[in-house]
Amino acid sequence: MSKELIRLAGCTMAFDDEIVLNKIELSIQDKEFLTLLGPSGCGKSTTLRIIGGFLSPTSGDVLFDGNRINDVPPYKRMVNTVFQRYALFPHLNVFENVAFGLRMGETVIEEQDGKQVRRKVKIPEEEIQSRVMEMLEIVNLGGFEKRRINQLSGGQQQRVAIARALVNRPKVLLLDEPLGALDLKLRKDMQNELKRIQKAMEITFVYVTHDQEEALAMSDTIVVMDKGSIQQVGTPEDIYNEPKNAFVADFIGESNIIDGIMRADGVVEIFNRKFQCLDGGFAKDEAVDVVIRPEDVDIVPVDQGQLKGTVTSVTFKGMQYDIIVDFYGFKWLIQTTDLCPVGSTIGIKIDPDGIHVMKKSRYSGMFGDYSSYSEEYDEINESQEGWDDEK
Amino acid sequence: MKSKLSWFSVPYVIWMAIVVVVPILIMAVYSVTTAEGALTGENFVGMGDYAGVFLRSFRLAIIATLVCLLIGYPVSYWMAKEGLRFQRVAMALIMLPMWMNFLLRTYSWMSILENHGLLNQFFQKVGIIGLYNSLTGQSIEYFTMLRTPGAVVLGMVYNYLPFMILPIYSVILKLDVSLLEAAQDLGASGAQVFRKVILPLSLPGVLSGVTMVFVPSVSTFAISRLLGGGTQMMLGDLIEQQFLGGAYNPHLGAAISMVMMVIVVVCMAVMNHFGEGEEQAVML
Repeated sequence: MSKELIRLAGCTMAFDDEIVLNKIELSIQDKEFLTLLGPSGCGKSTTLRIIGGFLSPTSGDVLFDGNRINDVPPYKRMVNTVFQRYALFPHLNVFENVAFGLRMGETVIEEQDGKQVRRKVKIPEEEIQSRVMEMLEIVNLGGFEKRRINQLSGGQQQRVAIARALVNRPKVLLLDEPLGALDLKLRKDMQNELKRIQKAMEITFVYVTHDQEEALAMSDTIVVMDKGSIQQVGTPEDIYNEPKNAFVADFIGESNIIDGIMRADGVVEIFNRKFQCLDGGFAKDEAVDVVIRPEDVDIVPVDQGQLKGTVTSVTFKGMQYDIIVDFYGFKWLIQTTDLCPVGSTIGIKIDPDGIHVMKKSRYSGMFGDYSSYSEEYDEINESQEGWDDEK
Repeated sequence: MKSKLSWFSVPYVIWMAIVVVVPILIMAVYSVTTAEGALTGENFVGMGDYAGVFLRSFRLAIIATLVCLLIGYPVSYWMAKEGLRFQRVAMALIMLPMWMNFLLRTYSWMSILENHGLLNQFFQKVGIIGLYNSLTGQSIEYFTMLRTPGAVVLGMVYNYLPFMILPIYSVILKLDVSLLEAAQDLGASGAQVFRKVILPLSLPGVLSGVTMVFVPSVSTFAISRLLGGGTQMMLGDLIEQQFLGGAYNPHLGAAISMVMMVIVVVCMAVMNHFGEGEEQAVML
């Protein structure tokens, strides 16, 4: 049974009159890999900075092991951060960068008169030496200790940043989009590397990213955020398969989101046709959002299809074709390995487990229509390039 | 691209050659010749007589530089930490005196520091001089401020302080905030962040500030003449006398200039050597 390590209780953060975080409730378990996922400006970095101690919430409490730590300054917290752009000290070499935290001494928490007192204890030089060398080995940087920071590649700097944080043996490691500056190949390698380190060190990682693939690949728990609120918390499978609202469905992977009416448990009506589904518990004739993932649509001959539509665009993506199909004026994205030429009419079939029904939310009608597919595609690319726009 | 750039740099190179290299060469030739044009080392040999002037020049320039640093660093740090509006106002206040002529400003200090000048009148009015007299049992009418080494240092600090503040300020301003956060995150308290991160990373600014204050200070002649009133002769005055003054001897003047230049260049080279690593780091 895992135990709770950090709790954010009703944390609100406001800068001037702008509310950046709105009463968020979040529980982080010991030794888990938790990812805060969301678009730029959703409040994920702010949440991380609150845990790190760089911001104090306007209202609400931050609890660490059950103790309130709102007013504990960053240098006395048992968390360390890997910063977005590494923030390595340019005037120190690799060894001294990693040793920085150890030279500042170790924080010890003592009970005194029933109150917690945090004290710094000096670490002997031999221990600093051995811990730094050991950590450099762990991040595969043995032999680099005398190098200057500007002599390192982006990936190596990333490793130094991770070593510099981990050498202090924090209870929690906070990572703020740490892989954003790396190229795709290196990013994939580092994802595995981070996961390996997290397993080996047995500590909690709180990871901030806007990259849903990264989140799905690495996390034990994903927290999807938007506009300062938590939209959904769950395992990667939960989040992908059972999105709670249109925002989550759209943000995690590609989704066609269609208006539907729940006729009965297990029966949803789309485009005036009844479909079998696995969802239930809705009121009779309740208006709902229906999510259909592009890969869950089977293309069949027109006469066997549950719906028929016209292909309006085809994009070759290597593993599959992304085709846009017009169904009665509503455009769907379908991923298929069969080539369907533009202008052809196709039939589709959707299995009951490919249909996911969600309650209407404030996000209804905002996502999931591929009428302007190319625009949305650009947006996705932009948000990946624009990782550094967010402070 | 590279060849194009070097083409554009030709006028600059020619200009620098005419106004920097050629004059230095002329000086070098002057310093080792006599008025008749014969080669001689006498100009350098006779310089020992002026050891006192050398010492005073370097001593006062070093003191002025240190005072500028002691005032300039905290001011720069404080400015860089404040909001943008404060920075603009502070910058305007620092630059404002520089819009006025340098000699005019120094003359103003004369009338402030004079025996019956503004400051002494003020001291008289508020009774500080009376208090001093009653405390020490003396009966002075004024504090002697003009024509002292202190006045010369004051003049240097007043005139060159902006050259200390500006480079330090711009280096601190450009410091990456995330470096400071990283230091805190790793357990450094406020004082430790300053000592371990801000101070070493602002050294390049300190070095250029020190250079920009020390070099004009050590070679000044107007400040020492006006505020030192002839009692505080410095190298600049000495050299000026050899060229324009009564002691007309451009060959000796050139020799003194050469020696001063060598000492200054050596000082700067040593200092920059210490700062080299940091400089590189900040280039990153």
